[in-house]
Amino acid sequence: MAYSDKVVDHYNNPRNVGSFTKDTPGVGTGLVGAPECGDVMKLQIKVNVETGVIEDAKFKTFGCGSAIASSSLATEWLKGKTVDEAGKIKNTDIVNELKLPPVKIHCSVLAEDAIKAALADYKAKHAAEQAATK
Amino acid sequence: MAVKFPIFMDSQSTTPADPRVVDAMVPYFTQKFGHPASRNHPFGWEAEAAVDKARSEIATLIGARDPKEVIFTSGGTESINLALKGIAEMYREKGNHIVTTTIEQRAGLDVAKRLERAGYEVTYVPVQADGLVDVDQIAKAITDKTILISVMFANNEIGTIQDIAAIGKLAKAKGVIFHTDATQAVGKIPVDVEATGIDLLSCTAHLMYGPKGVGALYVRRKGPRVRIAPIIDGGGHERGMRSGTLPVPLIVGFGKAAELCRELMPEESVRLAKLRDRLQDAILSNVDEAFLNGNPERRLPHNLNISFAYVEGESVLMGLNKECALSSGSACTSATLEPSYVIAALGASAELAHSSIRFSLHRFNTEEEVDWVAQRTIEVIKRLREMSPLYELAKEGVDLKSIHWKAE
Repeated sequence: MAYSDKVVDHYNNPRNVGSFTKDTPGVGTGLVGAPECGDVMKLQIKVNVETGVIEDAKFKTFGCGSAIASSSLATEWLKGKTVDEAGKIKNTDIVNELKLPPVKIHCSVLAEDAIKAALADYKAKHAAEQAATK
Repeated sequence: MAVKFPIFMDSQSTTPADPRVVDAMVPYFTQKFGHPASRNHPFGWEAEAAVDKARSEIATLIGARDPKEVIFTSGGTESINLALKGIAEMYREKGNHIVTTTIEQRAGLDVAKRLERAGYEVTYVPVQADGLVDVDQIAKAITDKTILISVMFANNEIGTIQDIAAIGKLAKAKGVIFHTDATQAVGKIPVDVEATGIDLLSCTAHLMYGPKGVGALYVRRKGPRVRIAPIIDGGGHERGMRSGTLPVPLIVGFGKAAELCRELMPEESVRLAKLRDRLQDAILSNVDEAFLNGNPERRLPHNLNISFAYVEGESVLMGLNKECALSSGSACTSATLEPSYVIAALGASAELAHSSIRFSLHRFNTEEEVDWVAQRTIEVIKRLREMSPLYELAKEGVDLKSIHWKAE
């Protein structure tokens, strides 16, 4: 199976590899997938709590080249978006951008799950922080 | 010597044809093109003589007493189909039970499953952690309905060589026919059907520097005389066991390949084992948490299979495949997303089954190629681990099994 140029590019030059400290205010973490399925993605966002804008995003992925590319692309797209806008990223957007073949669509689904999980984690933490300050 | 790219190190999926094999084949396309079953003119006689010579070479390579015991087929898959289905049909009245293993190649497993659907019973004997089958387990699986034991000679992924002589002895003692899929072994390591009690043996030319599209099934004629029902009917070629015009050029190539393997094996197997050990030592001494799969001693000389914890196999190949051909799982399974069932059968975690890489060397590999592949593999693993959340968690001291994974 040949990979698209974009998948190869993200694999060779992954954007935003790394980690934030989980308990930093404004950081949301999503950890999805399972080792036995051959795919695990950790995706993190750093949100400006004043503006609700995602200022930075990082990922680490265990998986095939398409999984690495999907999560790398997701971090690129997340930066600069508001939390609400980020929630609208769909796996099909990733499929189209990376030209993923049918057998690799699950990689994009996992990336969408990772985004949702990171956003949910951020929202839960943010709500708890606000409740604590009230 | 400068390394030429891409490097081929996937010889257990196929081998390049030896140029001497191709040279031997060429005249049989345009000049000596006769049908070996044409008994009434020199074109036919010439073709028949060439087929007989090839048949003898293959018989000699596998220690067969009589070249007539070698039946030509289209390859390993057909040979395995013919052996299993042919025995199942021929001995149906004697019994309906077959004993095999969990690590047979796909053809063996898929034929067994089809036979199960047709009313046969199949026992799949598991393998031990090192890939070896416990012969006592095979003995225990045999019933008075058992008509066939089918165990591969050497595994296509991990290279583990089974105790064929012990299984052959057991089969004789129990009066059960013994088939072995020797597609990975013939031409690479000594195979002797007489000394080890093999009744049926499948092999293929393209894994021993011969052409694709031809293989053989050895069918014992004496002690016991094994009979098989054909799966292809027609002109009654190959003693009625496999009809169809013989592909003479391919058979000539197969014969030449067998001759070369017999001559080169003593030196070649030692040379490849040395190269393989060099590759293995370089990788294992530079990468932590890399695990050798299969028995380290009872192993094909050209095979190396390693699981790299915390990285996924396909992503490893992607880092190498521009310059080097390797395989993750087997060529048959890499079209799917399933992890290697062979590595899983060793009792490894599913995660490690997703992380196995097979390096398989061949006649034309060089030390420079081995050094290049070792170096690049080490770099790719390190790079992928830098971006692996599992490696990060493990380094933090988190037990990965303690995490409740949210699978899709």
